[in-house]
Amino acid sequence: MTTNQIPFLAQARTLHGQLRASRETAPAAFVRAVLQQVASPDSYAPIETSRGRFFVAFNERGVSAIDEAADETEFEDWFRGRLGRRARRVDALPRRLEHPLRRRLEGDRRARVRVDLSGITPFERDVLEKTAHIPHGEVRPYAWVAREIGRPRAVRAVGTALAHNPIPLVIPCHRVVRSDGTIGQYGLGGPERKRQFLTEEGVPLPELQSLAAAGIRYLGSDTTSIFCLPTCHDARRTTARHLVTFRSAEESFAAGYRPCMHCRPVAAQVAA
Amino acid sequence: MCPELPAHLADDLDAGFECLVRDHADLVYGLARRMIRDHHVAEEVAQDAFVRAYRALGGYPEDRIRALRPKAWLARIVLNLSRNHLRDRPAAGVPIDDVTETQIRGDGPADPADLVVRREGVVRMAALLESLPPRYRRAIELRHVQGFSYSELAAAMDRPVNSVKSDVHRGLALLRASLQAPEALPPARSAAETLEPRPPTRLQAEGAALA
Repeated sequence: MTTNQIPFLAQARTLHGQLRASRETAPAAFVRAVLQQVASPDSYAPIETSRGRFFVAFNERGVSAIDEAADETEFEDWFRGRLGRRARRVDALPRRLEHPLRRRLEGDRRARVRVDLSGITPFERDVLEKTAHIPHGEVRPYAWVAREIGRPRAVRAVGTALAHNPIPLVIPCHRVVRSDGTIGQYGLGGPERKRQFLTEEGVPLPELQSLAAAGIRYLGSDTTSIFCLPTCHDARRTTARHLVTFRSAEESFAAGYRPCMHCRPVAAQVAA
Repeated sequence: MCPELPAHLADDLDAGFECLVRDHADLVYGLARRMIRDHHVAEEVAQDAFVRAYRALGGYPEDRIRALRPKAWLARIVLNLSRNHLRDRPAAGVPIDDVTETQIRGDGPADPADLVVRREGVVRMAALLESLPPRYRRAIELRHVQGFSYSELAAAMDRPVNSVKSDVHRGLALLRASLQAPEALPPARSAAETLEPRPPTRLQAEGAALA
């Protein structure tokens, strides 16, 4: 080893030591903050639509909540209270989500939006999943949802679950109405808003109300001998000449009619 | 330390992930901090790196998790995120001596005087490293600050082993040159340098080493 290499080696050792010593440690709360975020992976951002401004929370599974909060704090508090976890504000919604979601919020029935229903009870999930299948432009009674999910006596609980629907408009809780023809309550802006959304979808609300007032529950067609809920698309394309009205399921059965397989106006075992 | 971290992750993602975060928090934070001046932003980027890592793990098949090299994998995630961040928002001018005592590595309570000396060393080294082009800064940080092997370094930077070896070598040469002539420290990096659209050519690198 030549002498001029020795200072060089000494310096290298020092430099190496200095580099090792310059290693930084994460702040004290870092690990906890990371684990918290992983436990609550929802983000949220506002979206402007023709129906107003909404805050939308989402995660990798889909949209998890929509609300018309006045500001971020209100939305965060509501979200945490409703779903028991935290949502983190981000600059904007991912584009692949924003486009179909805006169309859906503005009433486009074809827009497909993925949703995440974690953080709610299994009963609430059953109610919302069933409600999600009610077609655009049609309505179902609360009792219908209760019966369809196998809990025919839980009509009020269905109402409560729908009132707390975390994803209104995407899950169309506004399409669930009272059996007496009145439209019932609505979480996102009250009954007037519900009436407006249903009218925009083409639901003939005054007609439904006069049917209900006359005690008519079902409509049938004398060409097919099938009876339906009044807003079922099968009932609505029946011409006036062939339209038959029924006040109860028993009356329909007595007339030799069977229930529609699309809108399922009565429970399967009654039909059998 | 968690032994057999990949197996732990494969068996129980949530418990294994907590281990992963505890073991690698300093690494991920340190890398973000070295690439991004603002320590608040660096912390956010480091957190984001772990969140992305967690989501990615959730979608990996088991054999891929078992074959994982956590250090190199995490380093790659945080370096890419830092680069994206700098691309979108060129670094804000936060003074380099914004290093707090808690961020200086130490074992147990230290003599305050000793702490001051150490702190000065850390600040000086941070300034020196910051003067390096990002490519060399990454290589030196991983190899000589975080103690990566060359094979881990190559995996983290997604480049051949010999290329990263020469990056480390040139980076060290630049550092030594700066140490010998502190007044000749290159000016603080500009946004354009930070972007580094392509690595410097050999001639440019050697030119810088001679400067």
